[in-house]
Amino acid sequence: MNIYVLLKKTFDTEEKIIINDGQIEDDSAEFIINPYDEYAVEEAINQRDEHGGEVTVVTIGDEDSDKQLRTALAMGADKAVLIDTEDDLEDGDQYTTTKILEAFFQDREVDLILAGNVAIDEASGQVGPRLAECLGINYVTTITDLKIDGDTANIDKDVEGDVEKIETSLPLLVTCQQGLNEPRYPSLPGIMKAKKKPMEDLEIDDLDLEEEDVEPKTKTVEIFLPAEKEAGKILEGEVEDQVKELVSLLKNEAKVL
Amino acid sequence: MNFELTEEQRMTRNMVRDFANDVIKPRAIDIDREAKFPIDIFKEMGKLGLMGIPFPEEYGGSGGDTISYALAVEEIGKVCGSTGLSYAAAISLGATPIYLFGTEEQKQKYLTPLAKGEALGSFGLTEPNAGSDAGGTKTTAMIDGDEFVINGEKCFITNASFAKTLIITAVTGKDEQGKNIISAIIVPTDTKGVTINSNYEKMGVRGSDTAEIILENVRVPKSNLIGDPQKGFKQFLSTLDGGRISIGALSVGIAQASLNRALAYAKERKQFGKPLSSFQAIQFKLANMAMEAELSRNIVLKAAWLKDNHKSFSKEAAYAKLFASETAVRNADQAIQIHGGYGYMREYEVERFLRDAKLLVIGEGTSEIQRIVIARQLGC
Ligand SMILES: Cc1cc2nc3c(=O)[nH]c(=O)nc-3n(C[C@H](O)[C@H](O)[C@H](O)COP(=O)(O)OP(=O)(O)OC[C@H]3O[C@@H](n4cnc5c(N)ncnc54)[C@H](O)[C@@H]3O)c2cc1C
Ligand SMILES: Cc1cc2nc3c(=O)[nH]c(=O)nc-3n(C[C@H](O)[C@H](O)[C@H](O)COP(=O)(O)OP(=O)(O)OC[C@H]3O[C@@H](n4cnc5c(N)ncnc54)[C@H](O)[C@@H]3O)c2cc1C
Repeated sequence: MNIYVLLKKTFDTEEKIIINDGQIEDDSAEFIINPYDEYAVEEAINQRDEHGGEVTVVTIGDEDSDKQLRTALAMGADKAVLIDTEDDLEDGDQYTTTKILEAFFQDREVDLILAGNVAIDEASGQVGPRLAECLGINYVTTITDLKIDGDTANIDKDVEGDVEKIETSLPLLVTCQQGLNEPRYPSLPGIMKAKKKPMEDLEIDDLDLEEEDVEPKTKTVEIFLPAEKEAGKILEGEVEDQVKELVSLLKNEAKVL
Repeated sequence: MNFELTEEQRMTRNMVRDFANDVIKPRAIDIDREAKFPIDIFKEMGKLGLMGIPFPEEYGGSGGDTISYALAVEEIGKVCGSTGLSYAAAISLGATPIYLFGTEEQKQKYLTPLAKGEALGSFGLTEPNAGSDAGGTKTTAMIDGDEFVINGEKCFITNASFAKTLIITAVTGKDEQGKNIISAIIVPTDTKGVTINSNYEKMGVRGSDTAEIILENVRVPKSNLIGDPQKGFKQFLSTLDGGRISIGALSVGIAQASLNRALAYAKERKQFGKPLSSFQAIQFKLANMAMEAELSRNIVLKAAWLKDNHKSFSKEAAYAKLFASETAVRNADQAIQIHGGYGYMREYEVERFLRDAKLLVIGEGTSEIQRIVIARQLGC
């Protein structure tokens, strides 16, 4: 099977994020593999181990994105592709990403593409489905189980906490939801082998794309941090009085009633 | 000069950090309270190749370097001193002497299972009456035909109750000047005459196994001697040089964890209407803690780098062990202070950091002995 994983480098949202001049400061940010993409990498490796074939991890990013690719290789992926857009593109949005990936997949044999459900930075959840549309293949989002038998795929899809059972056929794109698997730690032998695995470097040029072809369709107007949380209020006294006070606060202070 | 980690070093650090946070950290309080050696964690670390970082693949190792190993020890040390000590001792003391000085056969037979994480090894140097003064070793190994017959007693030996092999130092004879020749000999723990007890009630690193070993007419083949029969003492001194880097790294872990906890707490806790971190008296403590943790890390990594580049590193390893371990004690103490009364409570963990850190200024050569080593290097 030809298995591809779409992987994005994101900053660690558990770390403090600093915004400067309307841009997220990335000098001090810690970068990680988008956590949902880790499920995709793990699933890809498991499917390959079961059905044979090869796992290729693809990212669109900058020079430093090779770090996350190497980690995926250390986990057990076979090959990596870095599409470096740093020098060519000022901005990008989901359209840009999808266009580039469409060009990348143009003349490749694909059985299965795995992506994360969303990227935790922009959380659009669009790239997977839009790419599948462009490539004209089936897709299922937020999957929590995947069984492949020949050309048939049986999938559990998470629908707001319920499970939808879906049967579909390859070639297929899925986006991975928490619960699909437990991503492995890259082992030491895996880390040592990662360097020797092939990593292809591409620019949009190599995909016969011009800057105009991938110009974003959206514009980011502003980036800001959520308002700081105010300290909560703990009511005291008899339950009855507390309830009265709560109702009064909700009415008069919060004005939600 | 280049302070950048290599790709492998960075990935190793990140992987161990994730593993330590996910698997070890949630259990650190219990490991300490119950004083129970977390053997299952060591099995998992073995599967990830962590037990063999600095050994080549041909002996079941991962083919990493000393820097990667030091980074791994630091990350484990950040969350659990007990696991960190047992980890560092298993590699630096239990396995390294065989790698450095063992024969091909010894490496295949004894190093491979240790590097693969299938078994643990211990290094028994300290005796009731020979601690800092290792030259005062009383344990003897007499030749009888093709065998050594070993008699003596070792104390405070890390991991011994869970070990498959012990490396025991013993007097094997006298040199021309009539001085004792002390050698290191591999003793499988299932050999007849070996008794291992771990009844110590320790102040810190309570989940790290520490045991007493009694050797009564223990017979092992002469071929279990490690390295040059005349140069045993020199050999284990160089083993200790390497071990110091790992104790330094463990110290950096505790020093850094102390800072992290204290900083987070100082920003959160309000007294006099302001966060503690806004008081200059507290800021100065935090500044010192951050600076000393980073300086400790620098000297640990420098010593590791020297070792990896086959340059002499004895003095730097002593600097690293001494400075980092004393920093760990200071930082842990300050972390408690910044936590006030809460810091005195087990739940906040910083009191454990201090109890664990205290071992680091004693084990593998006390602070005094490090100063002696450094002074000797200065030509005193
Ligand atoms: C938890 C733990 C784990 C250990 N693990 C191991 C292990 O795996 N293998 C092993 O072999 N040993 C191990 N040890 C033993 C450890 O290495 C010794 O405790 C240490 O070397 C000190 O020896 P000692 O306890 O006999 O103290 P002593 O040597 O009696 O020292 C007592 C004090 O006197 C000072 N002192 C001694 N000589 C001098 C001098 N010449 N000048 C100035 N001051 C001096 C020391 O610095 C110290 O402060 C472990 C110890 C502990 C507590
Ligand atoms: C075993 C034990 C027994 C105790 N017994 C009693 C008792 O019987 N009765 C009782 O009332 N209390 C008791 N206490 C509480 C004890 O008195 C307090 O823990 C202590 O006063 C510190 O207060 P805190 O823990 O709230 O720390 P904090 O006040 O939060 O202090 C935390 C740190 O910030 C520092 N700090 C605070 N303000 C400033 C500032 N303005 N400038 C610079 N640094 C500052 C402190 O010095 C400390 O290092 C006990 C505590 C313990 C651990």
